[in-house]
Amino acid sequence: MNNRIFQIAINTFREAVRDRVLYNLIAFALLMSGAAVLVGQISLQIERLVVINLGLTAVSLFGIVIAIFIGIGLVSKEIDKRTLYTVLSRPVRRWEFISGKFFGLVGTLVVNTFFMAIGVFGALAYVSHHLERSDGWVLLALYFIVLQFMIITALALFFSSFSTPIFSAVFAFCLFVIGSFAGDLRNFAAMAHGATRWLASTAAYLVPNFSALNVISGVAHGQSVPLQLVVLNTVYALVYTAAALSGAVLIFERRNLK
Amino acid sequence: MPAIEILSLEKIYNVGFWRKRAKRALRPLTLTVGDGEIFGFLGPNGAGKTTTLKILMGLVFPTSGTARILGMELNDPRMKAQIGFLPEQPYFYDHLTARELLTYYGQLSGMDGKQLPSRVDAILDEVKLTDSKNVQLRKFSKGMLQRAGIAQAILHDPKIVFLDEPMSGLDPMGRREVRSLIERLKERGKTVFFSTHILSDAEMLCDRVAILNQGELRGVGGVAELTAGVHGKVEIVWHGSAIPSAIRSMGAECHAAADTMRAVLPEESQGLALEALQRDGFRLISLTPVRSSLEDYFVSQLDAQAETVQVPTQARSN
Repeated sequence: MNNRIFQIAINTFREAVRDRVLYNLIAFALLMSGAAVLVGQISLQIERLVVINLGLTAVSLFGIVIAIFIGIGLVSKEIDKRTLYTVLSRPVRRWEFISGKFFGLVGTLVVNTFFMAIGVFGALAYVSHHLERSDGWVLLALYFIVLQFMIITALALFFSSFSTPIFSAVFAFCLFVIGSFAGDLRNFAAMAHGATRWLASTAAYLVPNFSALNVISGVAHGQSVPLQLVVLNTVYALVYTAAALSGAVLIFERRNLK
Repeated sequence: MPAIEILSLEKIYNVGFWRKRAKRALRPLTLTVGDGEIFGFLGPNGAGKTTTLKILMGLVFPTSGTARILGMELNDPRMKAQIGFLPEQPYFYDHLTARELLTYYGQLSGMDGKQLPSRVDAILDEVKLTDSKNVQLRKFSKGMLQRAGIAQAILHDPKIVFLDEPMSGLDPMGRREVRSLIERLKERGKTVFFSTHILSDAEMLCDRVAILNQGELRGVGGVAELTAGVHGKVEIVWHGSAIPSAIRSMGAECHAAADTMRAVLPEESQGLALEALQRDGFRLISLTPVRSSLEDYFVSQLDAQAETVQVPTQARSN
C-alpha cells in the first residue's frame, strides 16, 4: 500500500473512531451480556448454539449497517463538505483516494469485529464455563463475515460514486438481502426455463453470494469449515471487491466535482 | 516558461433532469500568468472564477481547451506537489486538530516525515494559530478556518499558490493579515493566483488582473494600464465662492470649502470649464487628473457587456 493510500485510510479510521462509530460496541456488549445471562437460565444444552447464532448474527448485522451507512458517505460527504478539494489538489490520484477510503472503513470494521469477537467468546465462556476446540470454527465464521464487510463496503463506495446517499444505501441494502439468498436464487434458476432461467441465472451470478459466506448455522452446530471453502470464499470476495472498487474508480475518475 | 498557461479553456455543463440543457460556465479562456506574479482573477459571483480554478486543480474537466502549470499537464502529480490551493469557504476534516490536519496534508504532499513537525509548527505560527494547534477544527471560527486553509495551501512551500476568495468572511484585521501574507509570498518569489470580488484588495496587491463576467474574459492587464483609459476625470480648484453656470451645466460634482471651490468633471469638458472660469474672473488654483480606480474599470466592463446583451440579435448580425 503506498503512503498516500495508507494516510487516507488512517484518516478515515480516525474519523470513524472520533465520530463515535465504535460506540455500537456498547450496544453489542449489552446484547451479549443480556443474552448470556438469559440463555444460561432458560435453555438446556443449547446455550452454545444460541450464543454463537445470536452473537455472530449480531456481529454481521452491526457491521453491515456500519459498512452501508458509512460507506455511502465516504465519497459524497467529502464532496458535499468540499474536504476532497484540498486532497485532490495534492499529488493524490483519484483511485488512491477511493482505495484509501475503502481500506480505512474496512480497517474500522475489522477492529469493531475484533472487539465483538471478544464479546462472543466471553459470552460462550460464561454459558459453558469453558471453550471447546470446535469453537475455533467461530473464528472462521468471523473471517467470512469480514469478507462480507469488504464486499458491501466496496459496493457502497461503487453506488456512492454516481448516486445520492439515500439511493446508494437502498441499492447496497437490497444487494445484501438478495445476496443473502443467492443460493436459493441459483436453485430457482436451475429449475426455471427459458427467459426466466436466463434472467435468474444472470441475477444469481451478478449479486454477491453472501449465502456462501454465511456459515453461522453450521458453526453453531459444531460443524467444521472445509479448507476448500475458505480458499474459494477468499478468492471470490477479493475478486468481487476488486471489481466493485474498479467500477467505483472508473466512474469517479470521470466525475466533475462541482 | 510562464507559471500558468491557459489555452481556450471552456466548460459547458449539461443541466436539467435529463441533462440535455447546456449551461456555459466558461467561454474559451486564454490567459498567461508569469513566474513570481500576483495575479488577481476578478469578477462578480457566478462569473466563472471558481470553475476556472477547479479546472486548474483537476477537480472539474474542461469541455475543450487545455492548461499547463509550470509547463506540466493538469493531472501530473509532480506539478501538484508544487502548487497549493485554498478553496472558497474552506471546510476541513473537523475531527482533526489544526496540527493533525496540517500533518495529514503534509504527508499527502509527500513531505519529509522528519522535517514535517517543525514545518507544521512554523506555518501554524505564521498564520497565528499556534495557540489553537491542539483544538479540533469543529471548534474553529470562520476566520480561524480560513487561516488553517491558508496554512495548508502554503505548508509544502509550493511554487504557485491558488487562493479562491481568500479574504471572504474575514474581518478587517484578518484581511490585512492575508494581504501581508500574500506580499510575503511574493517576496519569496512565489506566484500567487487569487480570485476575489473585493476590488480594493486586488488593486493593492496585484501585478496584473483579469476580469471575468458571465464566463467571458472582459479584460486583462496591469491595474494602472486597465484603469488608464476609463472615462478620465479632472479636478479643478479655484479661488472664489461661486460656481459658473457653464460648469454647473456640465454635470460637474461641485464642493465648496472656505474660500475655494472644487469641481470634478469629465476630462473632455476641461477646456470649456477653464474658459468659463477665466470669463467670470476666477483665479485657477489647480487642475489635476483624477485616477480611475479598478472599480471604475470593472463597472465599465460590466456595463459594456450589459449594453451588448441588450442589442437585438438582428441588429448585431447586421
